Amino acid sequence: MTSELTRRDFLSALGGGVVVLCVVEAADAQESGRRARRGDAQPQEISAWLHIGEDGVVTAYTGKTEVGQNIRTSLSQAVAEELHVPVGSIRMLMADTDLVPYDMGTFGSRTTPTMAPQLRKAAAAAREALIDLAASQWNADRAAVQVWDGKITGTGRSAGLGELTHGQQLVRKIGPEVTLTPATEWKIAGQSIPKVDGRDLVTGKHRYSSDVQREGMLHGKVLRPVAYGAKLASFDDAGAKQIPGVTVVREGEFAAVAAPDAESAEKALSALKAQWKTEEGQPSDSQLFAYLKANAEAGEDRQAHGSIEQGMADAERKLSQSYTVAYIAHTPLEPRAAVAEWAGDKLTVWTGTQRPFGVREELAGAFGIPQERIRVIVPDTGSGYGGKHSGECAIEAARLAKFAGKPVKLVWTREEEFKWGYVRPAGVIEITSGVRNDGRITAWEFHNYNSGSSGAQITYDIPNHRIMFHPSKSPLKQGSYRGLAATANHFARESHMDEIAQSVNLDPLEFRLRNLKDERQRAVLMAAAEKFGWGKQKAAEGRGFGLAIGFEKGSYLAACAEVAVEGGRPKIVRVVESFECGAVVNPDHLRNQIEGSIVMAIGGALFEQIRFENGRMVNPRLSQYRVPRFSDIPLIEAVLVDRKDLPSAGAGETPIVGLAPAVANAIFQATGKRPRSLPMAV
Amino acid sequence: MPRVTELNVNGAARRVNASSERSLLSVLRDDLDLTGAKYGCGEGQCGACTVLLEGEAVRSCITPVSRAAGKRITTIEGLENDGRLHPLQEAFLETGAMQCGYCTPGMIMSGVSLLSKSAHPSESEIAHGMQGNVCRCGTYPRIVAAVRIAAKRRAS
Repeated sequence: MTSELTRRDFLSALGGGVVVLCVVEAADAQESGRRARRGDAQPQEISAWLHIGEDGVVTAYTGKTEVGQNIRTSLSQAVAEELHVPVGSIRMLMADTDLVPYDMGTFGSRTTPTMAPQLRKAAAAAREALIDLAASQWNADRAAVQVWDGKITGTGRSAGLGELTHGQQLVRKIGPEVTLTPATEWKIAGQSIPKVDGRDLVTGKHRYSSDVQREGMLHGKVLRPVAYGAKLASFDDAGAKQIPGVTVVREGEFAAVAAPDAESAEKALSALKAQWKTEEGQPSDSQLFAYLKANAEAGEDRQAHGSIEQGMADAERKLSQSYTVAYIAHTPLEPRAAVAEWAGDKLTVWTGTQRPFGVREELAGAFGIPQERIRVIVPDTGSGYGGKHSGECAIEAARLAKFAGKPVKLVWTREEEFKWGYVRPAGVIEITSGVRNDGRITAWEFHNYNSGSSGAQITYDIPNHRIMFHPSKSPLKQGSYRGLAATANHFARESHMDEIAQSVNLDPLEFRLRNLKDERQRAVLMAAAEKFGWGKQKAAEGRGFGLAIGFEKGSYLAACAEVAVEGGRPKIVRVVESFECGAVVNPDHLRNQIEGSIVMAIGGALFEQIRFENGRMVNPRLSQYRVPRFSDIPLIEAVLVDRKDLPSAGAGETPIVGLAPAVANAIFQATGKRPRSLPMAV
Repeated sequence: MPRVTELNVNGAARRVNASSERSLLSVLRDDLDLTGAKYGCGEGQCGACTVLLEGEAVRSCITPVSRAAGKRITTIEGLENDGRLHPLQEAFLETGAMQCGYCTPGMIMSGVSLLSKSAHPSESEIAHGMQGNVCRCGTYPRIVAAVRIAAKRRAS
């Protein structure tokens, strides 16, 4: 909602019942509510709301998007927990910019720590409002009234949740003061509730963006340049226009076609004759890491303590090493897709994005129209992994639809998704360390070039440390990714830890424990080591064991891996990963995220790599870009460390960071050769 | 150009009017609004588009519609029987073998085809038989468990 007026309009459209508005302070709104803008005088923002209709239907409204991380279920649990109703009676209305409050986007594992508590507060306030209503209408003592299992009961009377408002709309605003049920007393949250929309997924009924159909809809195709930075030198659409029903659009560098069916659109696209002026001499993957270093900025400290000089002076052994990670692609199985429809000057777009309001802003910019005239609807999406923050496809579909005067569906091909989305940043990481012979690390200097600083911080107790991030010039368009740079930084740090451990002849587990005070970090490390049986036996010939720890976005983890190397090829045999993210909201879904993250991590660890030459991606197909498949999967054991005394952190990303370093350390133990580049098996 | 005018989909004859070289996937999705089969790669590498032809899994994105004419086509929409889910659909729900769900219809169709050829597949037979289906969310271990549960149920 962009103004009080539209909020009022919306409230009147809701009709009778109880409405609870979640008010957050402007500072929090930066993250979860509306972004503060110039001229934005409101100190508080609505971040979510909840409506209980007179039909008893409970609807929770949030701008968050479901991309497979299971928040449709976990947020339903949050509401059900506080409202004391069954999970199945809650409808989550998500990511429709006309109907839900502003939200920055679904990224950074923020849904569980920020949106879930807000919805829980709304639900708790709604419950209390219903008790107030019942007490006053029944002339009953408030303490004698309760809401339980979807009913309001007390003094021998009972009513459904929607039966007390009698055509009136009771609006309550709540702030941070509402008390929530502690995790130790959770009845619905904390349980392995199955996916609330599971049946629609196994029957194929759920409509993703790419499945949306509209009356009179055309299918679009976009003409892509032959290389990055190429400009149209000549363009001839005569042949394409001869195909019946085809519309051709050419606006500057944007050239595209729309046709009544996908086949005609494809024919029209191949009938376009274009010549391109290319930019030659662009960097290739073989020069990538030198290029990133050469173009790096001075950078800034992300974490620093003590004096590196002093730490190195105190050291008995010193080590400097460099590690690299390649660009990789998210490869969401549903590529970017959008259906755009204009009704007069009002635009509606269905699209799979993690940032519905961000895409609305992009559309407003592209068409020079106010955001109020644009509605972005995000059906639950065929995954994102951080790769669907942007609105290119939505803008292209809307351009075509505007020109053609009809709704247009645009589904990017897999090749387009590889080439014209964005990739996880590649990076170079340099670490210099000093250690005493007793295994105490005295100095830790860490530089990340280009890939980012997330997950670079240390939980080790090192008196002198300095962690720096140096942004660089990226040859490829890069962006967010599940855990972003945390995988790279964990790979480098935990590999380096093993290298130091080896230099002082200490077992990797013992060495880490000597440098760890952080109790949560130690607890997950011991949980994984015990489950794995670390130190109980030696690896068989040709096999190795490796371990790694991690901390990022409020979660702690440890991973142990067993790897067999046959004919130079690593095969991951077994992985144990312990994970602690505070109070566990849904144990089975948390396990699913951990297992899935480990599987996804195998790709980046062993074989995924974007190859490119002179502004052209070399392997933009699934037949050329290897992703993990059934036969790559090891035995995976997830160990949940449930801390009901701590707030819940998001867990869709961080479980991905431990696999690569654990595997690298296992490969070293198996072969004596240390991998210092991801992917390791190429 | 020869055209395909009728398809036998999920037990019913459906009128279509498609040029014969079009992909079965596009005819199912765009002409018949059966959107359960998904586009994932367009080159038969991911299995999201998997449907059954005479009970056998095929990649509908690289299957010309002419090859499907006159044959029994089964899509995910046709697996339910009188409102009852197929045992493999039930097993997917039981094991939580999905996250975003985009690969799920293709996975289930590949699994159904596998179970029709091998009543009691071992874990490695399942992995081998499903190798052509990609789940980027990484739910493979749960999918293997789901196929095993469905096999066991059918046997009992």
